[in-house]
Amino acid sequence: MNNRLAKWLISGPPLLYLLLFFAIPSAIMAFAAFRFPGDYGGLLPLVEVNPETGAREVLINFGNYADFLTWENFQRFFEEPIYIELFLKSFWYAGITTGVCIVLAYPLAWLIARSSKKTRDLLVLMVILPFWSNFLIRVYAWMIILGPQSYFSQVLNRVLAVFGIEPVSLLFSQFAVIIGLVYVHLPFMVLPLYANLEKHDMALLDAAQDLGANAWQRFWKVTWPLSLPGVWAGTALVFIPALGMFAIPDLLGGTNSMMIGNLIKQQFLDSRDWPFGSVLSIMLTLSVLLMAAIAAWAGSRGKAKK
Amino acid sequence: MALLEIRDVVKTFGDFTAVNHVSLSVEAGEFFTLLGPSGCGKTTLLRMLAGFEQPDSGEILLDGKNMAGVPPEKRPVHTVFQSYALFPHMTVAQNIAFPLKMAGVAAAEIPKRVNKVLEDVRLQQFARRYPHELSGGQRQRVAIARALVNRPRLLLLDEPLSALDAKLREQMQIELINLQKEVGITFVYVTHDQGEALALSHRIAVMNSGQVEQLDAPETIYSYPKSRFVADFIGQCNLLDATIVEIGSERMKVEIAGVGVAEALPVAGAQIGGKGTLTLRPEKIKLGAALPADDANEVHFKGKVHDCLYLGDVTIYMVELDNGMLVETMLPNSASGKAKFFDDDDLVELAWRYDAGHFVLA
Repeated sequence: MNNRLAKWLISGPPLLYLLLFFAIPSAIMAFAAFRFPGDYGGLLPLVEVNPETGAREVLINFGNYADFLTWENFQRFFEEPIYIELFLKSFWYAGITTGVCIVLAYPLAWLIARSSKKTRDLLVLMVILPFWSNFLIRVYAWMIILGPQSYFSQVLNRVLAVFGIEPVSLLFSQFAVIIGLVYVHLPFMVLPLYANLEKHDMALLDAAQDLGANAWQRFWKVTWPLSLPGVWAGTALVFIPALGMFAIPDLLGGTNSMMIGNLIKQQFLDSRDWPFGSVLSIMLTLSVLLMAAIAAWAGSRGKAKK
Repeated sequence: MALLEIRDVVKTFGDFTAVNHVSLSVEAGEFFTLLGPSGCGKTTLLRMLAGFEQPDSGEILLDGKNMAGVPPEKRPVHTVFQSYALFPHMTVAQNIAFPLKMAGVAAAEIPKRVNKVLEDVRLQQFARRYPHELSGGQRQRVAIARALVNRPRLLLLDEPLSALDAKLREQMQIELINLQKEVGITFVYVTHDQGEALALSHRIAVMNSGQVEQLDAPETIYSYPKSRFVADFIGQCNLLDATIVEIGSERMKVEIAGVGVAEALPVAGAQIGGKGTLTLRPEKIKLGAALPADDANEVHFKGKVHDCLYLGDVTIYMVELDNGMLVETMLPNSASGKAKFFDDDDLVELAWRYDAGHFVLA
């Protein structure tokens, strides 16, 4: 069989899928960012159906394109500080979430990687287990756990009362959002870290110890640098989805815990301002790409320095 | 006082006794080898010297100091691991600098020390390479350089050459001997390869089932094995079951069942009727179509060639004696233009001197 034909047959369907459901929608969205909102939401139409003839008429042409295309949506994003602030806050949330996930996932992944084969499989299964129930149900469970009526809140507030501290409300706060984000994303940090740590050659730690390294030095000079690919993979899997998350701030957050995801959802669904929603989506994508580029650049620089 | 003293050390894992009452001492500057088959306890003993395992009983003294409870990172002992265990994220120079940094050597001093040891192992031009960019032999040398750089009192080598091919291994053996002479550090070398042990060591401890069977210089171990195990494990050896029939001051007579009477050097504890094994190296047996019977120090037996193994420089002949017993002998293929001296089924004569073999009491 023809080799090139085989290549196209194999890679064709996924390419087509990506074209149809990723490339073309992205292009539509990028275009929408430059359009005006319609009178009743959505987009100002570029094509109209003539009520008399029933024929489609293209309204936009070289003479009047300024009535249909604009920079205003982007101007609005950069001129009103609230949007940039919201971006920064979302980055902050996603960053905190990633950091907490690394700190929590590292020892867990290490423990799994060092267990016997049988325990290891069981532990990995337990990490994946939450995926078997619906994401929203798990977030609702957190609403109950953090709610004022829960044992958790009551016990916590009684302990605080002993120290003379006012009762706190856990739900509908930034704290609750971070808890939710960490909870949902933790497995995405554990799994790549585990996959990385599991491959480590234990003889390297013996060698480091033999050559005079104490436990901390063995971790910091050997295990940590060798686990960085796992840390980066986990960071990408946690940071990017956390950045665009809207359900968790909606359900667990208070009025001040909005993230970009919520704003984008609001623009498309509530305000029905599709052009501005598109601008926000594009800015989100661009900022993630920019961060990835900076990370790649820093990584290659670090390597060259060695 | 010896640099290293191991006193009555025992180590068990569950029901398995890995090291069983081992005592030995190693002098400063010595190339000392622990030799034995896998599972004989040599690696466990090495790991106890490095500090990765603690003895159940007995003690290990280094420079007269008891090492009990001293963790590996606090011992002036470094190991060359079987897998080399080079840090893959560090260059050769960084790998070698690692123990210096851990020891808190001044930063300005480190490059000098690293360069010096790179010179010792002839790897100067590879300082900036990563381990995966090196050949097996080069990695081996980096591992040795890294373990030597801050001059440990004791260098432990755990089967360091086993991953190399035969030719490179021989070359590395010579390098190891020279390096050890040059740096003057005491080497404790673990191997299951008897050839390597004989070639490298000042002294060898042959281990079996957690115990030291014999501790001697290589030539003594080879020529005068103390037990049937040692004779069998080191080199090729004919093991002939025999009974002592006569004991003199210079020599004794032993009867090889079904073959005849041979002579051997007397051994301590020999008694008439005592059973044992006459150990006889193939190269110490004379072989010929007909051998002159004029030397009273020799015994002669007749047989026929059963198999020959042509090895190029020598040929190994398995000679079948009259009672069916096979004796391994060898001849160098020294005659010019001739492949070998005998063929299968040729009638031959064997002879050996009374002091060629060594009798081991059962």
